Amino acid sequence: MSALTVKLKIDNIEVEVPEGTTILKAARDNGIEIPTLCSLEGLTNYGGCRLCLVEVKGAPKLFPACTTPVSAGMEVITNSEQLREYRKMTIQLLLSERTHVCSVCVANDHCELQSLANKLGVDHSIFERNWTRKEIDSSHDFLVIDRNRCILCTRCIRVCDEIEGVHTLDLKQRGRKAEVIMDLDEDWVNSCSCTSCRKCAKVCPVGAIYIEGEPITRTKNKDVAEFILTRRQRK
Amino acid sequence: MSAQEKTRVATIWLSGCSGCHMSFLDQDELILDLAKKIQVVYGPLVDTKAFPENVDVTLIEGAVANEEQQSLLKEARAKTKILISLGDCAVTGNVPALRNAWEDSAKLVLERGYIENADVNKQIPTEVPGLLEKVRPLHEVVKVDYFIPGCPPSASVINYVLTELLAGRTPNMEGRSKYG
Repeated sequence: MSALTVKLKIDNIEVEVPEGTTILKAARDNGIEIPTLCSLEGLTNYGGCRLCLVEVKGAPKLFPACTTPVSAGMEVITNSEQLREYRKMTIQLLLSERTHVCSVCVANDHCELQSLANKLGVDHSIFERNWTRKEIDSSHDFLVIDRNRCILCTRCIRVCDEIEGVHTLDLKQRGRKAEVIMDLDEDWVNSCSCTSCRKCAKVCPVGAIYIEGEPITRTKNKDVAEFILTRRQRK
Repeated sequence: MSAQEKTRVATIWLSGCSGCHMSFLDQDELILDLAKKIQVVYGPLVDTKAFPENVDVTLIEGAVANEEQQSLLKEARAKTKILISLGDCAVTGNVPALRNAWEDSAKLVLERGYIENADVNKQIPTEVPGLLEKVRPLHEVVKVDYFIPGCPPSASVINYVLTELLAGRTPNMEGRSKYG
C-alpha cells in the first residue's frame, strides 16, 4: 500500500488514512461503526447490501462506504437521520424479499440480519413479504443451503473463490430470482470442485448456509474473519 | 385507583401459540404495579364474551389466518385507542404464515389436516370459520400503532412498552425489539 496518506473528516472527526483506503475501513479504524452485511474484511468488497451508504458533503448522491475510496478533504456523514431511515428501509426490503422466520431458523440469535434489525429498531416491515419457496439442498454430507434465507450478500461466493480458491459457488439469474448455486447448478453432493472446507457456512451472515450437526455458535465463530484476513495477507 | 380511572386493556389471541400471553404473565412482580394502573377488560384471561367499547390499549398476539380473526381484529381496531402487535406472528406472520408460500394454501392445509392425516371421519369441517387464502400480519389488515416483535417478546420489553404508554410517553424500540 502507498505510504501517502489523505486527511478527511468522518462525522466531523478529522482522520488520516493511507491513500486508497475505503470510507468503511477509514471509519472502522477510527472507531466509527458503519453497518454492513455483505462486506467482510479480507474479501473483495462488493457493495451489494447498500447498508453502508453514506453522505459525502457536496455530492448529490449517496456512496457505499465499502467500495468508495477516500479522497483528500472529503467530509463524510455516516449516521444522519435520513441514512438511518434508509438503512431501516433496506433491512425491511431484505426481510420481505425471502422467507426469514427467525423463530425456526438455525441462526436465531446468531444472525447478522436479525441483530442489525434489532439495533436499528426495525420492529416491523412496511413491505409485504414474498413468502418464497426456494430449493433447500441438503445433499452434501454436512453442508446445507436454504435459499429461502439467503440475502444474496455473496460472501460465500467470494470466500470460496478468493480464499479457498475453488469457486464452487456462484450466482444464477438476476435480481430477486438470483440464487447461489454449486458448479453448473449441481446438487451439492455432485459438485466436483467443492473441497468441503466449510468457509461458506462460516461467513454466511444469516442461516442460509449452515453445518448440520454443528452448534451455530461454533460455525459463526468471530475468529473466522480474522483467519481469512491473515490468510489473505500471506498470499 | 378506582376501576373507572384505570386504563382499559384488552388482549386478543389470534393464530399464535399463546406464548406471547405467557410472556405477558411472566412479568413477575412488575405485573403487580401494572395491575394497579390497568384493568383487563377482554382476552383469553378474562371471561368477557364480546369485545367491549372504549378500550384504551389492545395487545394482539398471533397472525390473521381466518375470517373470524379478521373480523375480530377490525372490531378491536374500531373500539381501541392504541393497538399493539404483540410477537412475531402478529408482526410478521411467522410460523402460521409459512403456508403462504404455497398456492391455494388454505385448501392444502385443510386437506392435509382433515383428510390425509385423519384416521376416521375424513371430511373438511364447514361449521368453523373459513381460512383466509393468505395469513397476514396485523398491519396488513388494520392500522397498528406499536409493534413488539419477538418469539415470544421478552416480558421486560412488554413491561417497558406498557409502562411508557401508561406514562404518556412513546416507547423507543431501537435496540429493544428482537425478531425470533
